[in-house]
Amino acid sequence: MTAPQSAHDDSPPAGPVGSGQPAAIALRGIDKSFGAVRANRQVDLTVAKGSIHGIIGENGAGKSTLMSILYGFYTADAGEILINGRPVEIRNSHDAIDAGIGMVHQHFMLVEPFTVLENVMLGAEGGALLSAGRAAARAELQRLGRDYGLNVQPDAVISELPVGEQQRVEILKALYRHCDILILDEPTGVLTPQETDQLFAILRALNGRGVTILLITHKLREIMAITDTVSVMRQGEMVATLPTRSTSKEQLAELMVGRKVRLELDKHPARPGPVRLAVRGLTVIDAKGVKRVDDVSFDLRAGEIVGIAGVSGNGQSELLEALSGIQPLAAGEMTLCDTQVSAASPCDPAQAREHGLAHVPEDRLRLGVVTAFPAWESCALGYHEDIAYNGRVLMDRAAMTASCERLMEQFDVRPRDATLTCGKFSGGNQQKLILAREIARQPKVLLVGQPTRGVDIGAIEFIHRQLLALRDAGCAILLVSVELDEVMALSDRILVMFQGRIVGEVAGDQADERTLGLMMANAHTQPGEAA
Amino acid sequence: MSAPQVALPRWIDIGLLPIVNLVQALLVSGLVVLVIGADPLHAVRIMAVGAVGDGVAISYTLYYATDFIFTGLAVAVAFHAGLFNIGGEGQAYLAGLGATLMILALDPYLPGIILVPLALVAAIAFGAGWAFVPAYLQAYRGSHIVITTIMFNFIGAALMVYVASDVLRPAGEMLPSSREFGPAAHLPPVHEILALSGFKTPSTPLNLSIVWAAACCVFVWFFIWRTRWGYAIRAVGLSPKAAIYAGISPQRVIIMAMCLSGGLAAGVAFNQLVGYHHKLLLDFVAGAGFTGIAVALMGRNHPVGIVLAALLFGALYQGGAELAFEIPTINRDMIVAMQGLVILFSGALAYMNRPWIARLYLALSRRPLAAEAA
Repeated sequence: MTAPQSAHDDSPPAGPVGSGQPAAIALRGIDKSFGAVRANRQVDLTVAKGSIHGIIGENGAGKSTLMSILYGFYTADAGEILINGRPVEIRNSHDAIDAGIGMVHQHFMLVEPFTVLENVMLGAEGGALLSAGRAAARAELQRLGRDYGLNVQPDAVISELPVGEQQRVEILKALYRHCDILILDEPTGVLTPQETDQLFAILRALNGRGVTILLITHKLREIMAITDTVSVMRQGEMVATLPTRSTSKEQLAELMVGRKVRLELDKHPARPGPVRLAVRGLTVIDAKGVKRVDDVSFDLRAGEIVGIAGVSGNGQSELLEALSGIQPLAAGEMTLCDTQVSAASPCDPAQAREHGLAHVPEDRLRLGVVTAFPAWESCALGYHEDIAYNGRVLMDRAAMTASCERLMEQFDVRPRDATLTCGKFSGGNQQKLILAREIARQPKVLLVGQPTRGVDIGAIEFIHRQLLALRDAGCAILLVSVELDEVMALSDRILVMFQGRIVGEVAGDQADERTLGLMMANAHTQPGEAA
Repeated sequence: MSAPQVALPRWIDIGLLPIVNLVQALLVSGLVVLVIGADPLHAVRIMAVGAVGDGVAISYTLYYATDFIFTGLAVAVAFHAGLFNIGGEGQAYLAGLGATLMILALDPYLPGIILVPLALVAAIAFGAGWAFVPAYLQAYRGSHIVITTIMFNFIGAALMVYVASDVLRPAGEMLPSSREFGPAAHLPPVHEILALSGFKTPSTPLNLSIVWAAACCVFVWFFIWRTRWGYAIRAVGLSPKAAIYAGISPQRVIIMAMCLSGGLAAGVAFNQLVGYHHKLLLDFVAGAGFTGIAVALMGRNHPVGIVLAALLFGALYQGGAELAFEIPTINRDMIVAMQGLVILFSGALAYMNRPWIARLYLALSRRPLAAEAA
């Protein structure tokens, strides 16, 4: 990565600057290094005024760094920023707000116990006493709501609002500060398809009133659906800027990864065998006494993939944790390959593994590996008591390293260095390592949570093919993912979870996004019921 | 901005940084010495000669370092499980009770070759037992180990005062201490061993406990980095959720690590009572339990680092005693202040110098790279 900077072969087009109007944002030669890593190298970006501009790229491509520079969280090592044609220096988020930039973060920056009004006013109270500012803010909120169709109850408490509305509050916060450039960082990660549609409608309305919108995402579909222009980043560089009309998903994917990518999966119909995991009335109650999983029942058969769809936070995580033995069951029972498990006879994760269960956890960094361990040690996580890894007293480091190297070879983990600390692998390679470890012992049941979250496209393709191969080899796979595309592409049957319950089941080949989306929001009427 | 997180070569992290910290502490100490009107360079010379100037000095330094190795290891083992054991002081103190009871009961009957190991076992059992209670409370009742181990130091101290003055004190004796141990229970001092092999050396308190300390270092290294139990301890310490995912019970690991920790701290009692004083005294631990925290911090929780840090603190302890003796204006409290400064700079402020050293290193290492690229 220390190679000298070569000239761009495809330097970005100047954009529609020829119209005479200066560009809303022009970044020139932005450079940013973190230690030895160059997160942004000579990035140029021109965003035309009044356009919806998408920035797409894999994890670690430098999108977030670039946006953080634009919003003043970081200062660039080199380069300049022009807003509406004027050079500006953005040292912190105040400067960004003064320059008319608003940002909606991936993880909302809201004070949950505060009301909508209080959140909107935060940092713009307009004086020591709140009352005057509050009245003004209320009037302004009403005006914004009227003008843009952004209706939110000003006195509602944030924590009680659905995620989609919380996001609207974030947008209102930006508008309240008179932004005319709005940056949205992965805004649809937590939304149902319907909420996504609503968000896009709002963005179009804002755009219609002259707000320039910069949309950061890794979802090709969204880029195609809403943007006018799209810029692609790869390894810190801006590799292309194209009009959305004249490009395609395939071309964008290729630009992101730097090689051809197959987006479609070859999938044969499943041949389900005997039931490997039978769940009856499973209920999980968390430490705060909230029912997270509520009376869930289903069967999982050998040779099939059952997908669990749902908006994040509807009990999928807790379901996985209960099935794998991490969380105790509050009620109900399950049969895991002939072993009865219930609240009275629990099964800890080590026992579950002995019964043939493997688990690729959702929270890869916190559960799946010990980030400070070298790869060969994390490769034994969950299996460190194995005879293969242990002598009478000491662990057999040679065997552990050899086994790790074998797994890395089979799953093409890069760099192929078993002594490298786990935290230094990219998300995709960590995931491959975990998957390799869990698949290696030929489990009868595999639980997979968010297999491709934060994973680059090349690795997604690989992971999906591995899961299908495992299914065809007769493993029973339960897949939990918030990526609806992924659930639809892999699953033979889809269960939809809402507030801890299973609210519907759809056959994999009959699923469509609209129906699933409605079920995920629990607004669906079951077929057969009167409409 | 990001310089503090930059990965630096190991020789900087474990070699240069501690040295820079130490030099800073000594500079500030020098200023303090200057303020009270003494000559810092003279003071340094006295300390150095007092700590490592001759055989006797070195023996005393090693004798103190032995204590700090035990308590440093104790803190480190708990730390690998993510636990901050502040209770080394109390665990070592109670271990002294274990050794004493065993010896008082059996010293008329057993030869040293059996009695001394038994005393060690009893010390370990009492030290581990005193650590078990806070461990249990942390694992199964959620009481914070820092609070409970601190409290157990006080409880232990009170208990020992009671035992030494009301239970074990021989009739007619004024001092609160047990009776003298029988000769069978005396761990041979190093000068006697050397005398057997023909070397005449002056008598010092340095005794065979130092062999036990070395054995503990090797044991801890193997246990933490080479066994599945050590694997479990490190997994729980680094990522409790990953450990649970892996089927490791954090509760069991907490109890194992704390008992081991208490058992290691027990070495202090072995060194002090069986090795030198040959009776139970009040306050024989003398702060070694707390110094162990600094030793472990400075030694980066690794046996090799702990040995080096323990030697440093042993030298400070011994050299400081000489200094107080030689320069009357520098009293015991000054020495404590100096040790405090070393602990402050190499423990609490261990990473204060890292950002600028990292920047300096990057600046120096980037230049050749840029030259290469050009």
